[in-house]
Amino acid sequence: MTLIGLVDCNSFYVSCERVFQPRLVGRPVGVLSNNDGCVIALSNELKALDITMGMPAFKLQHLVGQGRIRLLSSNYELYGDMSQRVQAVLGEFSAGVEPYSIDEMFVRFDGFEPGQLLEHARQLHHKVRQYTGIPVCVGVAPTRTLAKLANRAAKKIPAYGGVCVLRAESVETRALLRRFELGDLWGVGRRLVERLAVLGIRTGWDLAQADPRWIRRQFSVTVERTALELRGTPCIEMNDVDEARQRIMTSRSFGKLTDNLGEIREAIRQHGQRGAEKLRSQGSLARAVLVFLKTNPFRNDLPQYSSSLAVELPRPTDDSREILSAAGQALQRIYRKGYRYQKGGVMLLDLIDADRQQLSLLDTPQSTADRQRSQSLMATMDELNRRMGRGTVKLGTPSPGAAWHLRCNHLTQRYSTRWEELPAVKAR
Amino acid sequence: MPPEHFTPAHPDPATQALPYPLALGRAGLSGFPSPAQDYEGRTLDLNERLVKHPAATFFMTVTGDSMVSLGIHESDLLLVDRSIDPRPGHILVAMVDGEITVKRYELLGNQPHLCSGNPRYAPIPLRELDCQVWGVVRAVIHEYPV
Repeated sequence: MTLIGLVDCNSFYVSCERVFQPRLVGRPVGVLSNNDGCVIALSNELKALDITMGMPAFKLQHLVGQGRIRLLSSNYELYGDMSQRVQAVLGEFSAGVEPYSIDEMFVRFDGFEPGQLLEHARQLHHKVRQYTGIPVCVGVAPTRTLAKLANRAAKKIPAYGGVCVLRAESVETRALLRRFELGDLWGVGRRLVERLAVLGIRTGWDLAQADPRWIRRQFSVTVERTALELRGTPCIEMNDVDEARQRIMTSRSFGKLTDNLGEIREAIRQHGQRGAEKLRSQGSLARAVLVFLKTNPFRNDLPQYSSSLAVELPRPTDDSREILSAAGQALQRIYRKGYRYQKGGVMLLDLIDADRQQLSLLDTPQSTADRQRSQSLMATMDELNRRMGRGTVKLGTPSPGAAWHLRCNHLTQRYSTRWEELPAVKAR
Repeated sequence: MPPEHFTPAHPDPATQALPYPLALGRAGLSGFPSPAQDYEGRTLDLNERLVKHPAATFFMTVTGDSMVSLGIHESDLLLVDRSIDPRPGHILVAMVDGEITVKRYELLGNQPHLCSGNPRYAPIPLRELDCQVWGVVRAVIHEYPV
């Protein structure tokens, strides 16, 4: 029997910084967006001070001045490398590791007894922490939706110790489905919660008990799938799960193993372009782009390599040109000759709503005229591609990005990827 | 000492240039491939030799001179492997009072301690709260000015 695990890194960006700066452990720490505009990642200690995602940095300056909190500029190169390391450790525990975002990965477990699996998952939890320094929570269940629930339980309920393995329709699963709100479930947005409530469906358990066909008639196939998954019937694949809308991922295996940079670049461009289209269709802007490449782990006869790199965008954007430019730079840095690659992809990270104007004012400025030009160009491109088929209009070689960093006063070192920025260790 | 008294490191000196350690070709007339064929065109790779666990391996730069007697000098490169479970005698990177430090792990009176190579610094009992192991040093790389 196949079970699905969801591994989620706790306060990932802050945890990466803490690995190399032990003084940050236990203190309120936040990571800032491009140009040090606003908070995009928080430690639990910072959340406890009622500071929230998206809060502008200037409003927190007095706390920084008093030494009560620490705010750091985002260091995507470090986060990308640490994410890669976490994935590599997971690869020792599972033959199927699928990144879902920079800080969440799905892992497949085949042929385990439930009792064994709990032990295996605890080992995994421990090893990731030991090997990389990153604390994680692990949720395992027969379906992705239940794995997400298990992960949430592992994170929120201290008794689990960071690891929760659920079986379908067990007493424990039932209790958790009753305990967590519908909105906490995967693929259940706020509007859907309200519509379900009207029909008397208030908890995950209610949804699991409802007749799936009825759910389908009332709502959609997507909601039906969620209901089935809550009962333990797997019916959601990796690529179906964009509903969370926190990140966009586009990836696919190359048709054949290839070491041709030209082919790989073209594939990454397509993924980047597709990702940017999704971004625009859901009305979001991305702050960073992550590109990954890997060889086929099952071909023991071939040299193995996998790498990823996250690159910060000059400003939150949905402009394909800026996204492709960043993706191109990242690919250039991770591509190595002499390997035959199986798969590559593009992730768009740290999404925000495009209509939250105050954020764009705090980020690297872009003139209104510039923004409108970009918007109408992208809209025209999307419209042509929609009407005449995907790929009708493609972008050529993008112009290199303009000013990448106007202001990042609290930038930490790229501790694990640059010789000149290694952590110093004291001999005294 | 006159040179003829040196014992050669290699009794039968290799004739190949260094980066390609073994000869190509087939062994004799038997038709079996030479085991050396596996090594065709390979170069010696320090990563392969020193980095046993890439995901758990980090590099650090040394500041300070307290470990000189243990062969670790200012600005040396430490190769730190977090996958190794620390045992007495290992050189460790440890967090002490919020600082990343390099120490030797020793048992003193059966109690684990972190010791420096300099008697000026007292051993720190590993059980103290503000002291945690970060990783085990697998290798030190000391580069000479050339």
